Amino acid sequence: MAKISSLEELRKLKEQVKNATELREKGHNIDRLIQVKVSMATCGIASGARETLADFMKEVKARGLDDVVFTQTGCMGYCHSEPTVEVTKPGEEPVVFGNVKGGRVREIVEKYIVNGELVEDIIPTAYKTID
Amino acid sequence: MQPMINLNIDGKYVKVPKGSTILDAARKLGIDIPTLCHLNLEGTPMVNQAASCRICVVEVKGRRNLAPACATPAIEGMEVRTNTIRVLHARKMVLELLLSDHPKDCLSCAKAGNCELQELAERFCFRENRFDDFSQSHYAKDVSPALIRDMDKCVMCRRCETMCNDVQTVGALSGVNRGFNAVVAPAFEMPLEESVCTFCGQCSAVCPTGALVERDYSWDVIEALADPDKIVVVQTAPAVRAALGEEFGYEPGTLVTGKMAAALRNLGFDYVFDTDFAADLTIMEEASEFLDRLTRHLEGDTSVRLPILTSCCPAWVKFFEHQYPDLLDVPSTAKSPQQMFGAIAKSFFAEQLDVPREKLVVVSVMPCLAKKYEAGREEFSVNGNRDVDISITTRELAHLIKRANIDFTNLADENFDRPLGESTGAAVIFGTTGGVIEAAVRTAAEWATGKELESVDFSALRGLEGCREAKVPVGDLVLHIGIAHGLGNARRLLDSVRKGEVEPFHAIEIMACPGGCVGGGGQPYHHGRMEIVKKRAEALYREDAGKPIRKSHENPYIKKLYEEYLGKPLGEKSHHLLHTHYFERSKI
Amino acid sequence: MADVKMHILVCGGTGCISAQSDKIAENLRRCLKDQGLEEEVKVLLSGCFGFCEQGPIVKIAPDNTFYVKVTPEDAEEIVAEHIVKGRKVDRLLFVDPETAEHVADSKHMEFYKKQMRIALRNCGFIDPENLAEYVARDGYMALGQILETLSPQDVIDVMKASGLRGRGGGGFPTGLKWEFASKYQDDQKYVICNADEGDPGAFMDRSILEGDPHSVVEAMAICGYAIGADKGMVYIRAEYPLAVKRLRKAIEDAREAGLLGRNVLGSDFSFDIEIRYGAGAFVCGEETGLIRSMEGERGEPTSKPPFPAEKGFWGKPSNVNNVETLANVPVIFLKGADWFASIGTEKSKGTKVFALAGKVNNVGLVEVPMGTTLREVIFDIGGGIRGGKKFKAVQTGGPSGGCLTEKHLDTPIDFDNLVAAGSMMGSGGMIVMDEDNCMVSVAKFYLDFTVEESCGKCTPCRVGNKRMYELLEKITDGRGTEADLKLLKDLALVIKDTSLCGLGQTAPNPVLSTLDNFWDEYEAHVKEKRCPSGACKSLVSYYVVADQCKGCTLCARACPAEAISGKVKEPHVIDQEKCVKCGACMTACKFGAIIKK
Repeated sequence: MAKISSLEELRKLKEQVKNATELREKGHNIDRLIQVKVSMATCGIASGARETLADFMKEVKARGLDDVVFTQTGCMGYCHSEPTVEVTKPGEEPVVFGNVKGGRVREIVEKYIVNGELVEDIIPTAYKTID
Repeated sequence: MQPMINLNIDGKYVKVPKGSTILDAARKLGIDIPTLCHLNLEGTPMVNQAASCRICVVEVKGRRNLAPACATPAIEGMEVRTNTIRVLHARKMVLELLLSDHPKDCLSCAKAGNCELQELAERFCFRENRFDDFSQSHYAKDVSPALIRDMDKCVMCRRCETMCNDVQTVGALSGVNRGFNAVVAPAFEMPLEESVCTFCGQCSAVCPTGALVERDYSWDVIEALADPDKIVVVQTAPAVRAALGEEFGYEPGTLVTGKMAAALRNLGFDYVFDTDFAADLTIMEEASEFLDRLTRHLEGDTSVRLPILTSCCPAWVKFFEHQYPDLLDVPSTAKSPQQMFGAIAKSFFAEQLDVPREKLVVVSVMPCLAKKYEAGREEFSVNGNRDVDISITTRELAHLIKRANIDFTNLADENFDRPLGESTGAAVIFGTTGGVIEAAVRTAAEWATGKELESVDFSALRGLEGCREAKVPVGDLVLHIGIAHGLGNARRLLDSVRKGEVEPFHAIEIMACPGGCVGGGGQPYHHGRMEIVKKRAEALYREDAGKPIRKSHENPYIKKLYEEYLGKPLGEKSHHLLHTHYFERSKI
Repeated sequence: MADVKMHILVCGGTGCISAQSDKIAENLRRCLKDQGLEEEVKVLLSGCFGFCEQGPIVKIAPDNTFYVKVTPEDAEEIVAEHIVKGRKVDRLLFVDPETAEHVADSKHMEFYKKQMRIALRNCGFIDPENLAEYVARDGYMALGQILETLSPQDVIDVMKASGLRGRGGGGFPTGLKWEFASKYQDDQKYVICNADEGDPGAFMDRSILEGDPHSVVEAMAICGYAIGADKGMVYIRAEYPLAVKRLRKAIEDAREAGLLGRNVLGSDFSFDIEIRYGAGAFVCGEETGLIRSMEGERGEPTSKPPFPAEKGFWGKPSNVNNVETLANVPVIFLKGADWFASIGTEKSKGTKVFALAGKVNNVGLVEVPMGTTLREVIFDIGGGIRGGKKFKAVQTGGPSGGCLTEKHLDTPIDFDNLVAAGSMMGSGGMIVMDEDNCMVSVAKFYLDFTVEESCGKCTPCRVGNKRMYELLEKITDGRGTEADLKLLKDLALVIKDTSLCGLGQTAPNPVLSTLDNFWDEYEAHVKEKRCPSGACKSLVSYYVVADQCKGCTLCARACPAEAISGKVKEPHVIDQEKCVKCGACMTACKFGAIIKK
């Protein structure tokens, strides 16, 4: 590592390296963050869940939202609507979205995550949480 | 001015200089707190403050636990109690613990009567030990020719270690093992004989118990005396006469030369001779060697090794063989007086008696333990027959006298036998630091200038300072002389010479024991009172002053010896009988 | 390059590594590569998670899945199921001993719920060998801010205000210690980190050095600035090779980054650290013994005063702090003395790490706020007594501490409360005992350790502790008398009152506390020659209950000493002379016909 020759440089360095532990920090504070869970069952992956997750992460990053954390989960049982994504805001009930691909990702981020508006194709859920 | 501190001990106020311990303050008040491990040898670097025995614990107001008086600094306003029930109870228990891991063989212990642990038990009215049936730590005895280490008797006071490492800088002893099995031992627990130990015996001089004692050869002397086929000859070192009296109740510093000669004759020695005679002989050889080196040096011979170092002290010899193997050609090659005596007794004197050397038994009485080792060095024997057969200490001689029912104090003074019993004042002062070099200067100065000295008292060379130097004018030349006693001082002086930190010396006298031979490891126990050693040295200077002849080269019997037998100093016969060489020894 | 979606943290503490956790990490990386996920999922070896009994541990972030008792062979399934398909591997999840439910998330585990991690804040969170990860967690920020804005006295004042006390055993206020060292002027001063952890079973210092070495390096530099020392020394046990390796790397990395060495962070302050190795002598954890050992001498304590603050390493003013103490320091400056002082009890601030062991369900390293009760630690975090047995005692403070009982369970843990209860904090050993433990034997166990570890310098410790051990041996062998009990107590008090160093002064604590709390048990051994818990071999005998014995001969065949005789289908008899009391017969008997009394 290059020499750090002042507090200022140390601060700059911290900014550069803070993403190294960001995922763990988020995990540590997960209850205070917006959790986005993408279902990664075989049917989900076949329907493009991997791409959905990648798109989601890209969209969130582009908007500079650092209070969103992504996790994966197994089959949610909504094979008809794959890819499915569950979004949980702190202190709120989780909401499950179906057929999340393409423009839907942007829509969910913009309307639900940022503005708190509901969007179409929400799957009514009978359970409290996925796990 | 040193800041002073006020404190209160047992209700009495006392003022002591800052840096004093509670023990110092109590002593000032005449309060005698018992100690065991503590020992402060004034005039030496020996301050044993291990605070390990815990016998001296006292109660200090405001302190949670008891404090060791020997190592706890006095502080302003301190309130100390030295004899509360809490203190007495703790001390009793600590002593009980110490004694529970100590052999109960006081009757046969070499230290009986001089044992500080025994004294404590007596003082504490110690009558029963609740841990009597408990285990004891056990170690094999380490028996060397000079010293016996019996670690079953070690109380871990660490005095020997402090002496060996801090005063003597020999480094033969240190703590090994842990807990209940901890003892003081040479590196890797090797036998002393294989270690760097110089056998100076100072460890045994400070050991409070019988854990480190001399190897006693007094029975060998009794057997030799009883053997009708042997002629038994005794020589007594200068320092013995100034200390032997202490064993018979005389004040320290009392000279008992005449009574000692009488007692030796009473014991049955066939010839009562004096190592002092050999000391005069040593001066003849050493002064000649010194003048020879000095002359060649002044003539510009750069191969000459100066300063010359004295070589009378066997512990010092072993020390430089281990520690300064590159300097083996620097010390004088002259043998020590003990060995010169042995060599002359078994050659010249045996020839005079017309008996083979094997018929003679040469016994030496020395203030020293290293002399026992020296007498056993291989180069000091001929076909397996030692020049000095048995070497005993001042203490062993006292025991011999007591054992033979001799009423020492009522003996009439007697003289030594001739020819090997005649000596000069120069020889007597060999027994104290500075004496050997003063004796050498007396002779060398007269030989060099060809003129008689106005005064033979070179007071610049006297004193008890550990490292000293003096300038002595001899004719046109000013001799620069160094003196060290105690091996640590010797090391300091030699190292400073090596580093060129001091003006070059012409000669240096070195004695291994603090004070020189008067403070030797074989002398009556001084129990830490260094003023006793000082008084012995004063006695020797008194004896010197009272002698009719005070220069070695004027000893008529020495002159005669050269005329009839040896030829001249440094001559062929002298070289063969009176000189030696040194060996490199390992550093650990 | 794809975004990193997950981190897999594999415990890289000594315990888990010895159970092949490094191999787990290797396999995980390989499986990820096979799946083409090596860029999306990062695998790293972290420090210890503390739940050592359940190791090796693998934790996945950000979903916080906590896998326990993982083997290298499990790597494939974790990747295929959890990473690829998002399905948790159920069989690797922790099973709550009370509810028998699988718990996926460490946050929901009882073991972690009541913990508060300050000293261990980065352990199990960052890659200890990566300076950047420490910096990402505000590492060296405290040092940087101090150098720019605080005077040495300010630093000492903050430390004093925080109320932090030494975690190595003594509990001396750290700020005050720094202040003493700062007052002595000399051309050279030293900051010494005591990493000679020696209490049996305690390993918090090792965990910190293995899991977060930079926190100690940073704290030492802060201390150096405060007391005016430019040299730091870490005295660490050579038996901690992994901690040594990580610490050494941390020092090298910090030096390279200008966080150690000349002109730290461009300031006028220079500081560097050297490592010295200890050979594992318990007494070298005592600060004066430690200093002697660092000087190359026999590790033996010396009389205090003078304290190291005045005459320490090479006779120079030195400040000695233990690892856990130091690990708290940077956070105090980041979050403020007030924040730190708000945690804990009136006189004991912050948290304390305990090595919880013995007869509890959850064994491991736990960090709790001062003031947490013993009950919370043992029953909530520790999950209660194993096998549903009855709690009997808890030993705190290691060989220097004492045994506390039921009546102390609701005592809030802090330095003073533990001392008042007859034990001490020590370095944080906490061993739980149940009804099967004989308290005389427990005291004997600790004495055995002290006797072994005494340096042998002072009489009370060298001989006294040995005698105490022998008295206890007499008692457990059934040879003890009532006079022995009195002598034992008497001796214990004198050893406490007269020993030279802390080791000797505290060695009698296990004896005194068991004498106080379990006097009946001692009396039973002495008066009735009976060991109530049945643990003392010499005091128990095995008998066959004749009317329950079916004469099946199993016991006779199991007996290694041929002490059991009897005909088939007839009651058997145990020859007490021959019996070696191994208990094999009792285990072998299917009818409960053999009893111990």
